[in-house]
Amino acid sequence: MRRREFALSLFAAPLALQAQQGVTVIQNAKILTITKGTIEGSVVIRDGKIVDVGANVMVPPGAKIIDAAGQFVMPGIIDCHSHIATEAVNEGTLSVSSMTGTGDTVNPEDIGIYRALAGGVTTANILHGSANAIGGKNVVIKMRWGKDTPEILFDGAKPGIKFALGENPKRRGGAPPNFAGGASTSRQRYPATRMGVEDVIREAFTDAKAYKAKWDDYNARTAKGERLIPPRCDLKFEPLVEVLEGKRLVHAHCYRADEILMLLRVADEFGFKIKTLQHVLEGYKVAKELKEHGAGASTFSDWWSYKMEAYDAIPYNAALMHKKGVLVSLNSDSGELMRHLNQEAAKTLRYGGLTEDEALAMITINPARQLDIDNRVGSIEVGKDADIVIFDKHPLSNFAKVQKVFIDGRMYFDRDQDMSEREAKKSKREKMIEQQKPAAPARPQGGRRPV
Amino acid sequence: MKRLAALFGAALIAADDSFILRNVTIHPVTAPAIPAATIVVTNGKIVDFGAKIALPKNAKAIDGKGLHLYPGLIDSASNVGMSEVSSVRETSDTIELGDFNPQLRAVSSINPSSDHIPVTRGNGITTSVMYPGGGIIGGQVALMHLDGWTWEEMAIEKNLAMQMRFPSIATSTFSRSFGSGRTPYAESKRRYEERVKLTSDFFEEVRAYKQRKAAGGANFQPERRLEAMLPVVDGKQPLMVFATRECAAREAMAFAAKEKVKIILAGLRDSGPVLKEIADKRIPVILGETLDLPLEEDSAYDEAYALPAELHKAGVTFAFGTFSVQFARNLPFQAAAGVAFGLPHDEALKAITINAAKIWGVDDRIGSIEKGKWADLILTDGDPLEGRSQVKQMWVQGKPVSLETRHTKLYEQYMKRQ
Repeated sequence: MRRREFALSLFAAPLALQAQQGVTVIQNAKILTITKGTIEGSVVIRDGKIVDVGANVMVPPGAKIIDAAGQFVMPGIIDCHSHIATEAVNEGTLSVSSMTGTGDTVNPEDIGIYRALAGGVTTANILHGSANAIGGKNVVIKMRWGKDTPEILFDGAKPGIKFALGENPKRRGGAPPNFAGGASTSRQRYPATRMGVEDVIREAFTDAKAYKAKWDDYNARTAKGERLIPPRCDLKFEPLVEVLEGKRLVHAHCYRADEILMLLRVADEFGFKIKTLQHVLEGYKVAKELKEHGAGASTFSDWWSYKMEAYDAIPYNAALMHKKGVLVSLNSDSGELMRHLNQEAAKTLRYGGLTEDEALAMITINPARQLDIDNRVGSIEVGKDADIVIFDKHPLSNFAKVQKVFIDGRMYFDRDQDMSEREAKKSKREKMIEQQKPAAPARPQGGRRPV
Repeated sequence: MKRLAALFGAALIAADDSFILRNVTIHPVTAPAIPAATIVVTNGKIVDFGAKIALPKNAKAIDGKGLHLYPGLIDSASNVGMSEVSSVRETSDTIELGDFNPQLRAVSSINPSSDHIPVTRGNGITTSVMYPGGGIIGGQVALMHLDGWTWEEMAIEKNLAMQMRFPSIATSTFSRSFGSGRTPYAESKRRYEERVKLTSDFFEEVRAYKQRKAAGGANFQPERRLEAMLPVVDGKQPLMVFATRECAAREAMAFAAKEKVKIILAGLRDSGPVLKEIADKRIPVILGETLDLPLEEDSAYDEAYALPAELHKAGVTFAFGTFSVQFARNLPFQAAAGVAFGLPHDEALKAITINAAKIWGVDDRIGSIEKGKWADLILTDGDPLEGRSQVKQMWVQGKPVSLETRHTKLYEQYMKRQ
């Protein structure tokens, strides 16, 4: 029992106090709360939390005032699918790589974090790659640029794991295209088909169940006072047991309707839930089944045709699934796309006619729900973390840009500051390059090389 | 909208395709917007437009109340129709083998039945510059309407420009067969110099061929590959030179000066002093994706976003190209992204309409709403640069074009599923 909490303990590293102490008031703004409509007024932040929102608020003495006249305030954007800030994404050698996790490779100095901030993103789900039917564990991070690894993790976020279906996990089943090494078969890996992908998942959970049974038996008998040798701990099965126990969320990369349905049925059979289907470009074809299972959908706004399984992708996917009752978010899977998820959300107005609130929910409260962090972030509500973005125009306009970003009430991005520091940074950079230039090479004396 | 649809239906079956569109805000692009205006289209051309104009008798009338009329958008670099599923080689006809292929024509690689054509049209793009690729000289660039039963009907100019990718020093490489890798700088530089020499030699070969041809005689043998280059060396056809970095752009300009050829720079990503040189030499630029990552880790986060504004400030004439298949429909958003970071809105719109037409030398026919130009028009419910706007109707040379796509059909089909 204790063994199984080993993986979780990694996330319980002591966290420095992140929140900005004191009071900040953002005034005169159009506040897009997402869950409680749009308000013209102020947001009051105390010790990193939102303590008041409204047209008329009490401004405590000594509060730091930020005038956002004519500007738009919204909750920090949440990206449910990202690979930034990781040194490694895919452990591609095994079809089940659940013993690995992106949490072990988080790089808090990745410039991708700052760039994401500058696009209004405050939280992201850092997923393992899609090379395996069952991939590695993921971590949720906040873009606390300048902080160290344990401090950028989203404290209290439920752990998760990546699954992957379709072309990616079966890719290694065939000889790589144009592979010139002449040893392609040695690179082959089961599975090569969608039925093989199903088999890998079914096999892993069959074994995980047996493993769980051994531990359950051991725990039950030791509880009664028996002295036994504990079963061998297996880090491959620990996360899968957590999935079976509902302690770990499954985020499954998928494209085609058939493979989506397959995974839902396998999960039903083993008694666990798929928390989110990632990409899920044909989710619109099986929206009914998604809703019945309770699976969320985290998709692209308009990507299609980049591979065969993306050929039936439609930009109406998000809107259609939403209209059929599925919890939908828009993700990036890209360090670039991540920087303008607000514009991606705007496309749901064009493709499917969603309302502004519905569109914005897809990059805020909906991904928060999909990551089980909606009690903390995803909307501007009293009691939530003060993760806030200020845009100069309505965030669903393509002409809007991010002005300021707060996480836990602390300002982590300020466009004015970024702009004003550019010249100084440029000259510092040039100076550093100058210093690194080697002095004129010494002439070798007497034709002899230095030894 | 139903009434509008019925009228378009009528327009489709009428033998005479003349029509009047009234009560619409007309954005000519080359002049300020005219609210509550009327436009008259006859035989595929714009006859007249304005707030108060004389109307022909018996022409079909369409009411565009609350809607906006713009010229069809132009994508200045596209592969739409040349590739269907990018990861499936069998469906892709964009990159040929070999270093010098001026005889190749993009026009004959375009599949008029591609699902990408209506999808791209759906966002207001009526016209695209299609380019071939591969090696140093990829082949002939074509200007195509995104409408037509055959590539021949789609083609506006089959031989618009010659595609060229200037050699560059690439130390990091990526190929699907071998994955990512790095080449040592010295090796990369040696290869680069070799390829620059190959390029110079090829142009020399073309000039020698030109002389042989001029001299005539019984022994003269035409060579298709060299023949295709003659309009380029004669300065009649521009080279569309792909150059991303500042050094590549400078070298391309120096090369153009040496060879006395016209060039259009494509895919430029660097800013800085090179922009002044480009402006001074009056070399047009086709900008790639605005929503792109900075080139270097320590570049400003908004480097790519601000590039269109930088070009505008430097006085460079530019247009936008998507250089894409699946994202070609996002051309208007590519232009819009520059507006957030300092590009005037009108300039963004011009860069996907009239300025594109001017750069490619076809502004006598397309790129704006002006008397005598082709009626390549889009009717929208708002600013076409905004994500939320809808394109309600499109005409190509006065003919209504369907906005139904693979995507709208699948949407309708699966909305019905109970």
